[in-house]
Amino acid sequence: MILRRLQYELAGRLAGPVVLSLDAWQRERRRRGRSADPGPFGPPLESVRRLRELMSLHYLRGRYADGAVPVAWVTSGFPVEILRPLGFHAVYPENHAAMCGVQRLVPGLSLAVEEEGYSRDLCSYARTDLGSLVTGRTPAGRLPRPDLLACCTNICQTVLYWYRSLAERLRVPLVLVDTPFVYGEAKPHHLRYVRDQLEELVRVAERVSGRRSDPEELAEVTRLSKEGARLWGECLAASRSRPAPWTGIDGFFHMAPIVALRGTEECNAYYRMLRDELRDRARRGVGGIREERHRLLWDNLPVWFAVRDLSRLLAERGFNFVCTSYTNAWAEAGAKVDPADPLGSAARAYTHVILNQDLPNRLDILRRLVRDYQCDGAVLHSDRSCKPYSIGQVDLKDRLSRELGVRAMLLEADHSDPRAYAAEQGENRLQAFMESFG
Amino acid sequence: MTGAPAAIGLDVGSTTCKAALVDGEGRLLARRLEPSDPRVEAQGERLLAELRREAGRDLPVGATGYGRKRVRASRILTEITCHARGAFSSTGKPGVLVDVGGQDAKVVRIGPAGEVLDFAMNDKCAAGSGRFLEVILARLQVPLDDVARQVALAAGAVPVSSTCTVFAESEVISLVAEGEPLEGILRGLHQSLASRVAAMARGFLPEEGGEVFLSGGVALNGAMVSALRGALGRAIRVLPEPQLVGALGAALSVLSPQA
Repeated sequence: MILRRLQYELAGRLAGPVVLSLDAWQRERRRRGRSADPGPFGPPLESVRRLRELMSLHYLRGRYADGAVPVAWVTSGFPVEILRPLGFHAVYPENHAAMCGVQRLVPGLSLAVEEEGYSRDLCSYARTDLGSLVTGRTPAGRLPRPDLLACCTNICQTVLYWYRSLAERLRVPLVLVDTPFVYGEAKPHHLRYVRDQLEELVRVAERVSGRRSDPEELAEVTRLSKEGARLWGECLAASRSRPAPWTGIDGFFHMAPIVALRGTEECNAYYRMLRDELRDRARRGVGGIREERHRLLWDNLPVWFAVRDLSRLLAERGFNFVCTSYTNAWAEAGAKVDPADPLGSAARAYTHVILNQDLPNRLDILRRLVRDYQCDGAVLHSDRSCKPYSIGQVDLKDRLSRELGVRAMLLEADHSDPRAYAAEQGENRLQAFMESFG
Repeated sequence: MTGAPAAIGLDVGSTTCKAALVDGEGRLLARRLEPSDPRVEAQGERLLAELRREAGRDLPVGATGYGRKRVRASRILTEITCHARGAFSSTGKPGVLVDVGGQDAKVVRIGPAGEVLDFAMNDKCAAGSGRFLEVILARLQVPLDDVARQVALAAGAVPVSSTCTVFAESEVISLVAEGEPLEGILRGLHQSLASRVAAMARGFLPEEGGEVFLSGGVALNGAMVSALRGALGRAIRVLPEPQLVGALGAALSVLSPQA
């Protein structure tokens, strides 16, 4: 136990920085060997290097976490603020699956569980995570074994069955936070119901970690989480400038800390740095793409495996995704937590995430984004894996076109399984869409 | 009356390759149409050389279709934009264009200036396309030019429920084996295809009225035109030279490069 703890701490404090400096040095050498032409994009963000360090360290520490500290595997929309004061190292299978998606590892991992009988129609994140568990393959080196599985149904119902399967395979306790779907505003009894579950969660997490939850520490983590959401929101809001200082695709990569390190000072320090860089670029008129002619909204998760190709295709013709409903969600939900009432406010915040709200609420969010970011077009990614996000998009697209006069299209793809995406057709459609702007 | 040759449009589709030679006003002077060759570059160059010879000089080329990036052209645009242009040049008015090609079906809402307002295409699956009919008609040994006559003879439609080409093929074989009349099966097939295309088009149509323009090889099949008319409940106007609409639009894009 003591040895494991030492390894865990060393990975974060000593070994990690050394390995990462070496990695950065090698990257720099490789970069110098190549042409410095960024193509249709603006100059790369300086903060990228720090982002890479931050996330690599997180995964490096994770390799030594089990046996050293309590480990929880959590869904992206889980109120992690409650777990952090108890010393949990939080692992985000969705974030890990996104990483597998970028590296095009999903078909291989998924096949392992498709052979067990899991349908290809299931969410590719779920198949990736279970496939990684079954095969032991991961680009992160190793994921720590959990002591607790923490699942919140505010993003979908699939997570419930996915985490049950994990609980069965790993034989560890599963805590479930069930959030009633919100039509309009959540009713007081809905929020009471969620809050009661959070209190139960505290008791289970205390038992698993062997520690008592300290109200002051919980308030502090909640404060950090709220501040992190605000800072992330400020990063996104920098794109209200013309040209936007970065691309929505950059945003997809830079959201990793607000997902996986929410409620920590290292997350917030990172976003302070990123925000300052973005504001500086905006002041100097440095764009995410070289020549911004049209500003688009992106709805739904990214197509991780094709994100760079799609971004380049658009950037070459002067199109930039200046806002995305997905990255925006992480700024909006966190803003509702309140250190003065950590559990009550978490119940409200986590019940009101975008995917747990009805279509009129989602339309309001899209309308607001289109107006605030002065978009003249919208691409709605109909994501085969994410049904809750994709349902209703035909109506959302029509309403955006009709009411706000923006051109809109549906792009059928998947967030991480390239087998569910026809690249030729998808790109052809995007090209036709861009041509329609004249 | 026509003027001097001014531009060539090339539409390299998945099933057929089309080329159109036009004058400065966009009037069609000469055409080529043949099954697509997998060696796209060679076929495209040959067709262009033929039309250039006919024109008697070199001309700017607009290219469209799935193989558009593999031919040498001064302007390259998607089928959506080119079909809208081609359709507008012959109708001169806004409306909804349905194009059913070999591999895909597309619906384009065209604005008052001939611009693309919105569009939809079938995705990943070619069931709502000309290939669907081609495969099944070949299986039933019905020649394409006799389909309309046979469908007209049908007393009623035998429903074909599957919209997957492969499944529909086996479903049709079962229907034949069960003794269902061939004419009725053919009518059912057309209705199945029309309902798929209509589902895409319906959202683009005004609540009442509004003409639907039809292009693509399938427009030459009278049975398909009436099935689509039935499915949409609207008048269908088959565009002149329906297979050449994309190539015509590609040629026009060189003449007045607004998009």
